Amino acid sequence: MPIVLTIARTEARRIFVSPLAWTVLAVLQSILGVVFLLLILDYAQNPRGPESSVGLSDYIGGGLYSFATLVLLLVMPLLTMRLFAEERQNGNLTLLLASPVSLIEIVLGKFLGLFSFIAATILLLAAMPLMLLVGSNLDLGRIAAGLLGLSLMMMALGAAGLYVSSLTREPTIAAVASFGLLLMLWLMQVLSSQPGWIGKLLGYLAIVGHFENLRRGIFSSVDIVYYLLFTVLFLWLAVLQLDSERN
Amino acid sequence: MAHEFLIEARGLSRRYGSHTAASDISLSLRKGEILGLLGPNGAGKSTTMKMLAGVLAPSAGTVMINGVSLADDPKRAKQSLGYLPELPPVYPELTVDEYLRYCASLHGLRRSERAAALQRAKQSCGLSEVSRRLIGNLSKGYQQRVGIAQAIIHRPAVVILDEPTVGLDPIQILEIRRLIKALGQEHGVILSSHILPEIQAVCARVMIIHRGRLVYAEPLATAGSEGFKTIIAGFLRMPAFDVLLSLPGVGEIETLAGSQIRITVNNAGDDPRAAIAEAAAAHGWGLIELHAERRTLEEIFVELSTGDAHTLEEAA
Repeated sequence: MPIVLTIARTEARRIFVSPLAWTVLAVLQSILGVVFLLLILDYAQNPRGPESSVGLSDYIGGGLYSFATLVLLLVMPLLTMRLFAEERQNGNLTLLLASPVSLIEIVLGKFLGLFSFIAATILLLAAMPLMLLVGSNLDLGRIAAGLLGLSLMMMALGAAGLYVSSLTREPTIAAVASFGLLLMLWLMQVLSSQPGWIGKLLGYLAIVGHFENLRRGIFSSVDIVYYLLFTVLFLWLAVLQLDSERN
Repeated sequence: MAHEFLIEARGLSRRYGSHTAASDISLSLRKGEILGLLGPNGAGKSTTMKMLAGVLAPSAGTVMINGVSLADDPKRAKQSLGYLPELPPVYPELTVDEYLRYCASLHGLRRSERAAALQRAKQSCGLSEVSRRLIGNLSKGYQQRVGIAQAIIHRPAVVILDEPTVGLDPIQILEIRRLIKALGQEHGVILSSHILPEIQAVCARVMIIHRGRLVYAEPLATAGSEGFKTIIAGFLRMPAFDVLLSLPGVGEIETLAGSQIRITVNNAGDDPRAAIAEAAAAHGWGLIELHAERRTLEEIFVELSTGDAHTLEEAA
Protein backbone atom coordinates (compact mmCIF):
# COMPACT_ATOMS: atom_id res chain seq x y z
CA MET A 1 0.00 0.00 0.00
CA PRO A 2 2.78 2.57 0.50
CA ILE A 3 2.93 2.99 -3.26
CA VAL A 4 -0.62 4.42 -3.13
CA LEU A 5 0.60 7.08 -0.73
CA THR A 6 3.60 7.81 -2.93
CA ILE A 7 1.30 8.38 -5.90
CA ALA A 8 -1.12 10.39 -3.76
CA ARG A 9 1.64 12.64 -2.46
CA THR A 10 2.93 13.43 -5.93
CA GLU A 11 -0.59 13.93 -7.28
CA ALA A 12 -1.37 16.34 -4.45
CA ARG A 13 1.83 18.19 -5.14
CA ARG A 14 0.98 18.42 -8.82
CA ILE A 15 -2.45 19.83 -7.98
CA PHE A 16 -1.03 22.49 -5.72
CA VAL A 17 1.88 23.58 -7.89
CA SER A 18 -0.55 24.31 -10.72
CA PRO A 19 -2.24 27.68 -10.81
CA LEU A 20 -5.59 26.01 -11.52
CA ALA A 21 -6.09 24.75 -7.97
CA TRP A 22 -5.23 28.13 -6.45
CA THR A 23 -7.45 29.99 -8.89
CA VAL A 24 -10.32 27.64 -8.13
CA LEU A 25 -9.81 28.03 -4.39
CA ALA A 26 -9.59 31.82 -4.69
CA VAL A 27 -12.76 32.11 -6.76
CA LEU A 28 -14.54 29.66 -4.50
CA GLN A 29 -13.54 31.60 -1.42
CA SER A 30 -14.59 34.95 -2.90
CA ILE A 31 -18.02 33.71 -3.92
CA LEU A 32 -18.64 31.93 -0.64
CA GLY A 33 -17.28 34.92 1.25
CA VAL A 34 -19.91 37.15 -0.34
CA VAL A 35 -22.63 34.60 0.43
CA PHE A 36 -21.38 34.35 4.01
CA LEU A 37 -21.48 38.13 4.37
CA LEU A 38 -25.00 38.34 2.95
CA LEU A 39 -26.17 35.64 5.34
CA ILE A 40 -24.69 37.48 8.32
CA LEU A 41 -26.22 40.82 7.28
CA ASP A 42 -29.57 39.13 6.75
CA TYR A 43 -29.37 37.43 10.14
CA ALA A 44 -28.39 40.67 11.87
CA GLN A 45 -31.24 42.61 10.29
CA ASN A 46 -33.86 40.01 11.23
CA PRO A 47 -32.80 38.92 14.69
CA ARG A 48 -34.50 35.81 15.92
CA GLY A 49 -35.16 35.36 19.59
CA PRO A 50 -33.67 32.57 21.69
CA GLU A 51 -36.93 30.65 21.32
CA SER A 52 -36.59 30.54 17.53
CA SER A 53 -36.03 27.08 16.08
CA VAL A 54 -33.44 28.34 13.60
CA GLY A 55 -30.17 29.15 15.29
CA LEU A 56 -27.07 30.94 14.06
CA SER A 57 -25.22 27.70 13.23
CA ASP A 58 -28.18 26.51 11.22
CA TYR A 59 -28.82 29.72 9.42
CA ILE A 60 -25.29 30.67 8.55
CA GLY A 61 -23.49 27.34 8.53
CA GLY A 62 -26.34 25.50 6.88
CA GLY A 63 -27.07 28.26 4.40
CA LEU A 64 -23.45 28.61 3.43
CA TYR A 65 -22.93 24.90 3.00
CA SER A 66 -26.01 24.31 0.93
CA PHE A 67 -24.90 27.07 -1.42
CA ALA A 68 -21.41 25.56 -1.46
CA THR A 69 -22.74 22.27 -2.87
CA LEU A 70 -23.81 24.05 -6.04
CA VAL A 71 -20.48 25.82 -6.51
CA LEU A 72 -18.53 22.64 -5.83
CA LEU A 73 -20.62 20.85 -8.42
CA LEU A 74 -19.30 23.36 -10.95
CA VAL A 75 -15.74 23.19 -9.72
CA MET A 76 -15.00 19.50 -9.26
CA PRO A 77 -15.06 18.61 -12.98
CA LEU A 78 -12.27 21.15 -13.57
CA LEU A 79 -10.03 19.31 -11.16
CA THR A 80 -10.97 15.79 -12.17
CA MET A 81 -10.49 16.42 -15.89
CA ARG A 82 -6.75 16.54 -15.35
CA LEU A 83 -6.53 13.18 -13.63
CA PHE A 84 -6.71 10.94 -16.66
CA ALA A 85 -7.96 12.85 -19.72
CA GLU A 86 -5.29 15.53 -19.68
CA GLU A 87 -2.55 13.05 -18.83
CA ARG A 88 -3.62 10.84 -21.67
CA GLN A 89 -3.45 13.81 -24.01
CA ASN A 90 0.02 14.78 -22.77
CA GLY A 91 1.19 11.19 -22.94
CA ASN A 92 2.38 11.11 -19.35
CA LEU A 93 -0.25 8.63 -18.18
CA THR A 94 2.12 6.01 -19.63
CA LEU A 95 4.51 6.61 -16.75
CA LEU A 96 2.08 5.02 -14.30
CA LEU A 97 0.82 2.40 -16.75
CA ALA A 98 4.34 1.15 -17.45
CA SER A 99 5.35 1.15 -13.77
CA PRO A 100 5.09 -1.93 -11.60
CA VAL A 101 1.90 -0.58 -10.04
CA SER A 102 -1.61 -2.03 -10.28
CA LEU A 103 -4.52 -0.11 -11.74
CA ILE A 104 -6.27 -0.12 -8.37
CA GLU A 105 -3.22 1.54 -6.82
CA ILE A 106 -3.14 4.13 -9.60
CA VAL A 107 -6.83 5.02 -9.20
CA LEU A 108 -6.65 5.09 -5.40
CA GLY A 109 -3.49 7.17 -5.47
CA LYS A 110 -4.99 9.72 -7.81
CA PHE A 111 -8.18 9.85 -5.76
CA LEU A 112 -6.31 10.38 -2.51
CA GLY A 113 -4.29 13.11 -4.22
CA LEU A 114 -7.55 14.79 -5.20
CA PHE A 115 -8.67 14.43 -1.61
CA SER A 116 -5.95 16.88 -0.59
CA PHE A 117 -7.79 19.50 -2.60
CA ILE A 118 -11.09 18.51 -0.97
CA ALA A 119 -9.44 18.88 2.44
CA ALA A 120 -8.20 22.36 1.55
CA THR A 121 -11.71 23.40 0.50
CA ILE A 122 -13.19 22.01 3.70
CA LEU A 123 -10.67 23.96 5.78
CA LEU A 124 -11.61 27.19 4.05
CA LEU A 125 -15.29 26.43 4.47
CA ALA A 126 -14.80 25.65 8.14
CA ALA A 127 -12.92 28.87 8.79
CA MET A 128 -15.80 31.18 7.85
CA PRO A 129 -18.46 30.07 10.37
CA LEU A 130 -15.81 29.40 13.02
CA MET A 131 -14.92 33.11 12.91
CA LEU A 132 -18.29 33.70 14.53
CA LEU A 133 -17.07 31.87 17.64
CA VAL A 134 -15.65 35.21 18.71
CA GLY A 135 -19.03 36.79 19.44
CA SER A 136 -21.56 34.00 19.57
CA ASN A 137 -22.37 30.48 20.71
CA LEU A 138 -22.06 28.12 17.79
CA ASP A 139 -23.38 24.58 17.71
CA LEU A 140 -20.08 23.00 16.72
CA GLY A 141 -21.69 19.60 16.23
CA ARG A 142 -23.91 20.96 13.51
CA ILE A 143 -21.06 22.69 11.75
CA ALA A 144 -19.03 19.49 11.94
CA ALA A 145 -21.89 17.42 10.55
CA GLY A 146 -22.27 19.90 7.69
CA LEU A 147 -18.55 19.74 6.92
CA LEU A 148 -18.55 15.96 7.07
CA GLY A 149 -21.47 15.93 4.64
CA LEU A 150 -19.67 18.32 2.32
CA SER A 151 -16.50 16.27 2.30
CA LEU A 152 -18.44 13.08 1.63
CA MET A 153 -20.30 14.75 -1.19
CA MET A 154 -17.11 16.13 -2.70
CA MET A 155 -15.59 12.69 -2.55
CA ALA A 156 -18.57 11.33 -4.45
CA LEU A 157 -18.42 14.15 -7.00
CA GLY A 158 -14.68 13.63 -7.34
CA ALA A 159 -15.03 9.88 -7.87
CA ALA A 160 -17.68 10.43 -10.56
CA GLY A 161 -15.48 13.02 -12.24
CA LEU A 162 -12.46 10.72 -12.06
CA TYR A 163 -14.43 8.00 -13.81
CA VAL A 164 -15.58 10.31 -16.60
CA SER A 165 -12.01 11.55 -16.94
CA SER A 166 -10.86 7.97 -17.50
CA LEU A 167 -13.20 7.66 -20.49
CA THR A 168 -11.70 10.25 -22.79
CA ARG A 169 -8.47 11.90 -23.86
CA GLU A 170 -9.92 15.40 -24.18
CA PRO A 171 -9.86 17.31 -20.87
CA THR A 172 -12.62 19.66 -22.00
CA ILE A 173 -14.87 16.75 -22.91
CA ALA A 174 -14.14 15.18 -19.54
CA ALA A 175 -15.06 18.41 -17.78
CA VAL A 176 -18.28 18.97 -19.73
CA ALA A 177 -19.37 15.33 -19.44
CA SER A 178 -18.74 15.11 -15.71
CA PHE A 179 -20.48 18.42 -15.23
CA GLY A 180 -23.47 16.97 -17.09
CA LEU A 181 -23.42 13.80 -15.03
CA LEU A 182 -23.21 15.69 -11.73
CA LEU A 183 -25.96 18.07 -12.74
CA MET A 184 -28.18 15.12 -13.61
CA LEU A 185 -27.58 13.62 -10.19
CA TRP A 186 -28.41 16.98 -8.71
CA LEU A 187 -31.59 17.35 -10.80
CA MET A 188 -32.88 14.04 -9.45
CA GLN A 189 -33.52 15.90 -6.26
CA VAL A 190 -36.02 18.12 -8.09
CA LEU A 191 -37.71 15.13 -9.70
CA SER A 192 -37.97 13.35 -6.38
CA SER A 193 -41.02 15.45 -5.57
CA GLN A 194 -42.92 13.28 -8.07
CA PRO A 195 -45.47 11.01 -6.38
CA GLY A 196 -45.07 7.25 -6.16
CA TRP A 197 -42.07 4.97 -6.11
CA ILE A 198 -40.27 6.83 -8.90
CA GLY A 199 -40.07 9.91 -6.77
CA LYS A 200 -38.85 7.85 -3.85
CA LEU A 201 -36.21 6.11 -5.95
CA LEU A 202 -34.94 9.36 -7.46
CA GLY A 203 -34.92 10.94 -4.05
CA TYR A 204 -32.76 8.12 -2.81
CA LEU A 205 -30.36 8.38 -5.74
CA ALA A 206 -30.07 12.17 -5.77
CA ILE A 207 -26.65 13.24 -4.61
CA VAL A 208 -27.75 16.36 -2.76
CA GLY A 209 -30.61 14.79 -0.80
CA HIS A 210 -28.30 12.81 1.43
CA PHE A 211 -26.46 15.97 2.27
CA GLU A 212 -29.63 17.64 3.59
CA ASN A 213 -29.77 15.50 6.74
CA LEU A 214 -26.15 16.08 7.61
CA ARG A 215 -26.51 19.78 6.96
CA ARG A 216 -29.31 19.86 9.46
CA GLY A 217 -27.11 18.03 11.93
CA ILE A 218 -28.67 14.61 11.56
CA PHE A 219 -26.00 11.93 11.34
CA SER A 220 -27.61 8.95 9.70
CA SER A 221 -25.58 5.98 8.58
CA VAL A 222 -27.70 5.58 5.43
CA ASP A 223 -26.34 8.86 4.07
CA ILE A 224 -22.76 8.02 4.96
CA VAL A 225 -23.06 4.60 3.35
CA TYR A 226 -24.67 6.15 0.27
CA TYR A 227 -21.71 8.44 -0.33
CA LEU A 228 -19.13 5.74 0.38
CA LEU A 229 -20.87 3.29 -1.97
CA PHE A 230 -21.17 5.97 -4.61
CA THR A 231 -17.45 6.75 -4.36
CA VAL A 232 -16.33 3.13 -4.40
CA LEU A 233 -18.61 2.36 -7.36
CA PHE A 234 -17.16 5.07 -9.56
CA LEU A 235 -13.57 4.34 -8.55
CA TRP A 236 -14.15 0.71 -9.43
CA LEU A 237 -15.67 1.71 -12.78
CA ALA A 238 -12.55 3.76 -13.49
CA VAL A 239 -10.34 0.74 -12.77
CA LEU A 240 -12.43 -1.37 -15.14
CA GLN A 241 -12.25 1.33 -17.79
CA LEU A 242 -8.46 1.55 -17.60
CA ASP A 243 -8.21 -2.20 -17.75
CA SER A 244 -10.43 -2.48 -20.81
CA GLU A 245 -8.38 0.19 -22.52
CA ARG A 246 -5.24 -1.85 -22.13
CA ASN A 247 -6.97 -4.70 -23.88
CA MET B 1 17.23 -14.98 -12.19
CA ALA B 2 19.60 -16.12 -14.92
CA HIS B 3 17.40 -16.51 -17.93
CA GLU B 4 18.78 -16.86 -21.37
CA PHE B 5 16.45 -14.26 -22.78
CA LEU B 6 15.60 -10.94 -21.18
CA ILE B 7 12.64 -10.56 -23.48
CA GLU B 8 10.95 -13.35 -25.27
CA ALA B 9 7.87 -12.42 -27.28
CA ARG B 10 5.97 -14.98 -29.29
CA GLY B 11 3.34 -14.37 -31.92
CA LEU B 12 2.37 -10.88 -30.80
CA SER B 13 -0.65 -9.48 -32.61
CA ARG B 14 -2.71 -6.43 -32.00
CA ARG B 15 -5.93 -5.50 -33.70
CA TYR B 16 -7.88 -2.29 -33.37
CA GLY B 17 -11.30 -3.28 -34.62
CA SER B 18 -10.73 -4.47 -38.17
CA HIS B 19 -7.35 -2.75 -38.45
CA THR B 20 -4.36 -4.93 -37.66
CA ALA B 21 -1.53 -2.85 -36.23
CA ALA B 22 0.82 -5.73 -35.59
CA SER B 23 0.58 -9.37 -36.49
CA ASP B 24 2.56 -12.40 -35.46
CA ILE B 25 5.68 -10.63 -34.25
CA SER B 26 8.19 -12.76 -32.37
CA LEU B 27 11.42 -11.47 -30.98
CA SER B 28 13.93 -12.18 -28.29
CA LEU B 29 16.62 -10.18 -26.59
CA ARG B 30 19.68 -11.42 -24.74
CA LYS B 31 21.63 -9.64 -22.06
CA GLY B 32 24.16 -7.26 -23.53
CA GLU B 33 22.36 -6.96 -26.81
CA ILE B 34 21.00 -3.90 -28.59
CA LEU B 35 18.15 -4.65 -30.92
CA GLY B 36 16.87 -2.09 -33.38
CA LEU B 37 13.32 -2.01 -34.66
CA LEU B 38 13.26 -0.26 -37.98
CA GLY B 39 10.30 0.64 -40.10
CA PRO B 40 8.63 3.49 -41.90
CA ASN B 41 6.20 5.67 -39.98
CA GLY B 42 3.07 3.82 -38.98
CA ALA B 43 4.63 0.40 -39.50
CA GLY B 44 3.66 -0.87 -36.06
CA LYS B 45 6.89 -0.21 -34.15
CA SER B 46 5.25 1.74 -31.36
CA THR B 47 2.41 -0.76 -31.04
CA THR B 48 4.95 -3.56 -30.71
CA MET B 49 6.91 -1.66 -28.09
CA LYS B 50 3.76 -0.81 -26.13
CA MET B 51 2.94 -4.50 -25.98
CA LEU B 52 6.47 -5.33 -24.83
CA ALA B 53 6.23 -2.67 -22.13
CA GLY B 54 2.88 -3.96 -20.88
CA VAL B 55 1.02 -0.75 -21.62
CA LEU B 56 -1.07 -2.44 -24.27
CA ALA B 57 -2.32 -5.99 -23.97
CA PRO B 58 -1.70 -8.05 -27.14
CA SER B 59 -4.72 -9.53 -28.93
CA ALA B 60 -2.70 -12.72 -29.22
CA GLY B 61 0.74 -13.88 -28.18
CA THR B 62 2.83 -13.81 -25.02
CA VAL B 63 5.65 -11.72 -23.62
CA MET B 64 8.12 -13.02 -21.05
CA ILE B 65 10.33 -10.47 -19.34
CA ASN B 66 13.31 -11.95 -17.57
CA GLY B 67 11.41 -15.22 -17.32
CA VAL B 68 8.24 -13.65 -15.88
CA SER B 69 5.05 -13.56 -17.91
CA LEU B 70 3.84 -10.03 -18.47
CA ALA B 71 0.22 -11.18 -18.59
CA ASP B 72 0.27 -13.34 -15.44
CA ASP B 73 2.46 -11.30 -13.13
CA PRO B 74 2.64 -7.79 -14.58
CA LYS B 75 3.98 -6.17 -11.42
CA ARG B 76 6.99 -8.40 -11.14
CA ALA B 77 7.64 -8.39 -14.89
CA LYS B 78 7.48 -4.60 -15.07
CA GLN B 79 10.09 -4.27 -12.34
CA SER B 80 12.72 -5.37 -14.86
CA LEU B 81 11.50 -2.90 -17.46
CA GLY B 82 12.32 0.67 -18.31
CA TYR B 83 10.21 2.22 -21.03
CA LEU B 84 10.42 5.48 -22.92
CA PRO B 85 7.26 5.97 -25.00
CA GLU B 86 7.03 8.16 -28.11
CA LEU B 87 6.13 11.18 -26.01
CA PRO B 88 8.34 11.46 -22.93
CA PRO B 89 5.94 10.79 -20.01
CA VAL B 90 7.09 13.75 -17.94
CA TYR B 91 5.12 15.98 -15.58
CA PRO B 92 5.81 19.55 -16.76
CA GLU B 93 4.85 21.07 -13.40
CA LEU B 94 7.55 19.22 -11.44
CA THR B 95 11.29 19.82 -11.32
CA VAL B 96 13.67 17.27 -12.78
CA ASP B 97 14.72 16.09 -9.31
CA GLU B 98 11.17 15.77 -7.99
CA TYR B 99 10.08 13.88 -11.07
CA LEU B 100 13.00 11.44 -11.12
CA ARG B 101 12.71 10.81 -7.38
CA TYR B 102 9.04 9.95 -7.93
CA CYS B 103 9.95 7.57 -10.78
CA ALA B 104 12.50 5.88 -8.55
CA SER B 105 9.95 5.26 -5.81
CA LEU B 106 7.34 4.08 -8.32
CA HIS B 107 9.80 1.37 -9.27
CA GLY B 108 10.19 0.38 -5.67
CA LEU B 109 13.64 1.81 -5.00
CA ARG B 110 14.22 2.17 -1.29
CA ARG B 111 14.76 5.61 0.17
CA SER B 112 18.42 4.88 0.82
CA GLU B 113 19.05 3.91 -2.80
CA ARG B 114 17.15 6.79 -4.34
CA ALA B 115 19.71 9.56 -3.99
CA ALA B 116 22.43 7.48 -5.61
CA ALA B 117 20.13 6.30 -8.39
CA LEU B 118 19.04 9.88 -9.04
CA GLN B 119 22.61 11.06 -9.24
CA ARG B 120 23.62 8.28 -11.59
CA ALA B 121 20.67 8.74 -13.95
CA LYS B 122 21.19 12.51 -14.11
CA GLN B 123 24.85 12.04 -14.83
CA SER B 124 24.28 9.51 -17.61
CA CYS B 125 21.74 11.71 -19.30
CA GLY B 126 23.53 15.02 -18.78
CA LEU B 127 20.85 16.51 -16.57
CA SER B 128 22.95 17.59 -13.60
CA GLU B 129 22.77 21.31 -14.37
CA VAL B 130 18.99 21.36 -14.77
CA SER B 131 18.08 19.37 -11.61
CA ARG B 132 16.08 22.18 -10.08
CA ARG B 133 14.39 23.48 -13.22
CA LEU B 134 10.75 22.78 -14.02
CA ILE B 135 10.49 20.14 -16.71
CA GLY B 136 7.88 22.22 -18.54
CA ASN B 137 10.45 25.00 -19.03
CA LEU B 138 13.09 22.71 -20.52
CA SER B 139 13.67 22.35 -24.25
CA LYS B 140 12.33 19.36 -26.14
CA GLY B 141 15.78 17.76 -26.16
CA TYR B 142 16.13 18.04 -22.40
CA GLN B 143 12.62 16.68 -21.86
CA GLN B 144 13.58 13.73 -24.01
CA ARG B 145 16.63 13.18 -21.82
CA VAL B 146 14.47 13.31 -18.71
CA GLY B 147 12.33 10.65 -20.37
CA ILE B 148 15.39 8.47 -20.91
CA ALA B 149 16.59 9.08 -17.35
CA GLN B 150 13.18 7.92 -16.13
CA ALA B 151 13.55 4.68 -18.08
CA ILE B 152 16.97 3.79 -16.66
CA ILE B 153 16.84 5.17 -13.11
CA HIS B 154 16.03 1.81 -11.55
CA ARG B 155 18.66 -0.03 -13.63
CA PRO B 156 16.19 -2.37 -15.28
CA ALA B 157 17.32 -5.49 -17.07
CA VAL B 158 15.50 -4.38 -20.20
CA VAL B 159 15.29 -0.88 -21.57
CA ILE B 160 12.74 -0.14 -24.29
CA LEU B 161 13.24 3.16 -26.07
CA ASP B 162 10.73 4.34 -28.65
CA GLU B 163 12.50 6.78 -30.97
CA PRO B 164 14.90 8.03 -28.31
CA THR B 165 16.66 10.68 -30.38
CA VAL B 166 13.65 12.54 -31.73
CA GLY B 167 13.98 16.27 -31.14
CA LEU B 168 17.64 16.18 -30.15
CA ASP B 169 20.40 18.19 -31.78
CA PRO B 170 23.30 16.36 -33.46
CA ILE B 171 25.59 16.58 -30.45
CA GLN B 172 22.91 15.32 -28.11
CA ILE B 173 22.19 12.49 -30.55
CA LEU B 174 25.81 11.41 -30.32
CA GLU B 175 25.66 11.57 -26.53
CA ILE B 176 22.48 9.51 -26.41
CA ARG B 177 23.96 6.95 -28.79
CA ARG B 178 26.95 6.64 -26.51
CA LEU B 179 24.59 6.23 -23.57
CA ILE B 180 22.60 3.54 -25.36
CA LYS B 181 25.79 1.67 -26.22
CA ALA B 182 26.86 1.85 -22.59
CA LEU B 183 23.45 0.61 -21.47
CA GLY B 184 23.74 -2.25 -23.95
CA GLN B 185 26.71 -3.65 -22.08
CA GLU B 186 24.87 -4.45 -18.87
CA HIS B 187 21.25 -4.34 -19.95
CA GLY B 188 19.28 -5.45 -22.95
CA VAL B 189 18.10 -2.56 -25.07
CA ILE B 190 15.39 -2.41 -27.72
CA LEU B 191 15.11 0.80 -29.61
CA SER B 192 12.99 1.84 -32.52
CA SER B 193 13.63 4.36 -35.21
CA HIS B 194 12.69 5.19 -38.74
CA ILE B 195 16.15 6.64 -39.23
CA LEU B 196 18.62 4.11 -40.60
CA PRO B 197 21.97 5.56 -39.60
CA GLU B 198 20.76 5.63 -36.05
CA ILE B 199 20.12 1.90 -36.00
CA GLN B 200 23.37 1.25 -37.85
CA ALA B 201 25.29 3.28 -35.32
CA VAL B 202 24.25 1.42 -32.19
CA CYS B 203 22.47 -1.84 -32.88
CA ALA B 204 23.96 -5.28 -33.16
CA ARG B 205 20.80 -6.75 -34.55
CA VAL B 206 18.04 -5.24 -36.60
CA MET B 207 14.43 -6.11 -37.27
CA ILE B 208 12.47 -4.37 -39.95
CA ILE B 209 8.76 -4.05 -39.35
CA HIS B 210 6.54 -3.15 -42.22
CA ARG B 211 2.77 -2.90 -42.17
CA GLY B 212 2.61 -4.69 -38.84
CA ARG B 213 4.76 -7.62 -39.90
CA LEU B 214 8.31 -8.60 -39.22
CA VAL B 215 9.90 -8.64 -42.66
CA TYR B 216 13.61 -8.85 -41.86
CA ALA B 217 15.56 -9.98 -38.82
CA GLU B 218 19.31 -10.39 -39.04
CA PRO B 219 22.43 -9.40 -37.18
CA LEU B 220 23.51 -6.07 -38.60
CA ALA B 221 26.91 -7.47 -39.64
CA THR B 222 25.38 -9.73 -42.29
CA ALA B 223 23.84 -6.88 -44.20
CA GLY B 224 26.63 -5.75 -46.50
CA SER B 225 29.06 -8.58 -45.88
CA GLU B 226 27.40 -11.08 -48.16
CA GLY B 227 28.88 -11.50 -51.64
CA PHE B 228 28.04 -9.11 -54.42
CA LYS B 229 26.47 -9.72 -57.78
CA THR B 230 27.11 -6.43 -59.51
CA ILE B 231 29.96 -3.99 -59.96
CA ILE B 232 29.68 -0.31 -60.74
CA ALA B 233 32.46 1.16 -62.88
CA GLY B 234 32.88 4.72 -64.11
CA PHE B 235 35.08 5.76 -67.05
CA LEU B 236 36.08 9.03 -68.65
CA ARG B 237 35.79 7.41 -72.08
CA MET B 238 33.25 4.69 -72.84
CA PRO B 239 35.09 1.35 -72.96
CA ALA B 240 34.65 -1.25 -75.67
CA PHE B 241 32.10 -3.69 -74.32
CA ASP B 242 33.49 -6.67 -76.23
CA VAL B 243 36.82 -6.26 -74.44
CA LEU B 244 35.05 -6.12 -71.11
CA LEU B 245 32.86 -9.09 -71.89
CA SER B 246 35.92 -11.17 -72.70
CA LEU B 247 37.26 -10.68 -69.18
CA PRO B 248 36.74 -13.70 -66.89
CA GLY B 249 33.72 -13.45 -64.63
CA VAL B 250 31.96 -10.62 -66.48
CA GLY B 251 28.37 -11.49 -67.33
CA GLU B 252 26.18 -8.69 -68.55
CA ILE B 253 26.84 -5.00 -68.98
CA GLU B 254 24.33 -2.24 -68.55
CA THR B 255 24.99 1.42 -69.20
CA LEU B 256 23.93 3.84 -66.53
CA ALA B 257 23.64 7.60 -66.41
CA GLY B 258 26.88 9.52 -66.95
CA SER B 259 29.57 7.18 -68.15
CA GLN B 260 28.94 4.54 -65.53
CA ILE B 261 28.23 0.95 -66.29
CA ARG B 262 26.89 -1.84 -64.17
CA ILE B 263 28.56 -5.19 -64.65
CA THR B 264 26.83 -8.33 -63.51
CA VAL B 265 29.19 -11.11 -62.55
CA ASN B 266 28.67 -14.66 -63.76
CA ASN B 267 28.96 -16.42 -60.43
CA ALA B 268 28.65 -15.08 -56.93
CA GLY B 269 32.30 -15.80 -56.14
CA ASP B 270 33.77 -14.07 -59.20
CA ASP B 271 35.60 -10.84 -58.75
CA PRO B 272 36.68 -9.31 -62.08
CA ARG B 273 37.59 -5.95 -60.58
CA ALA B 274 41.36 -6.33 -60.88
CA ALA B 275 41.00 -7.49 -64.49
CA ILE B 276 38.76 -4.50 -65.30
CA ALA B 277 41.30 -2.09 -63.83
CA GLU B 278 44.12 -3.63 -65.85
CA ALA B 279 42.06 -3.55 -69.04
CA ALA B 280 41.15 0.07 -68.40
CA ALA B 281 44.82 0.98 -67.95
CA ALA B 282 45.85 -0.92 -71.06
CA HIS B 283 43.18 0.69 -73.26
CA GLY B 284 43.30 4.16 -71.75
CA TRP B 285 39.57 4.33 -70.77
CA GLY B 286 40.27 6.58 -67.84
CA LEU B 287 38.89 4.50 -64.99
CA ILE B 288 37.58 6.80 -62.30
CA GLU B 289 35.34 4.55 -60.22
CA LEU B 290 35.16 0.87 -59.48
CA HIS B 291 33.28 -0.75 -56.64
CA ALA B 292 31.17 -3.76 -55.81
CA GLU B 293 27.50 -3.08 -55.23
CA ARG B 294 26.57 -4.49 -51.87
CA ARG B 295 23.13 -4.73 -50.39
CA THR B 296 23.25 -2.21 -47.62
CA LEU B 297 20.69 -2.08 -44.87
CA GLU B 298 19.29 0.95 -46.58
CA GLU B 299 18.65 -0.94 -49.80
CA ILE B 300 17.09 -3.81 -47.93
CA PHE B 301 14.94 -1.33 -46.05
CA VAL B 302 13.86 0.54 -49.17
CA GLU B 303 13.30 -2.67 -51.09
CA LEU B 304 11.17 -4.18 -48.34
CA SER B 305 9.12 -1.10 -47.75
CA THR B 306 8.57 -0.10 -51.39
CA GLY B 307 7.83 -3.68 -52.46
CA ASP B 308 4.63 -3.41 -50.52
CA ALA B 309 3.95 0.08 -51.73
CA HIS B 310 3.72 -1.33 -55.24
CA THR B 311 1.15 -3.88 -54.27
CA LEU B 312 -0.66 -1.07 -52.51
CA GLU B 313 -0.77 0.96 -55.70
CA GLU B 314 -1.98 -2.04 -57.64
CA ALA B 315 -4.72 -2.61 -55.15
CA ALA B 316 -5.83 1.00 -55.33
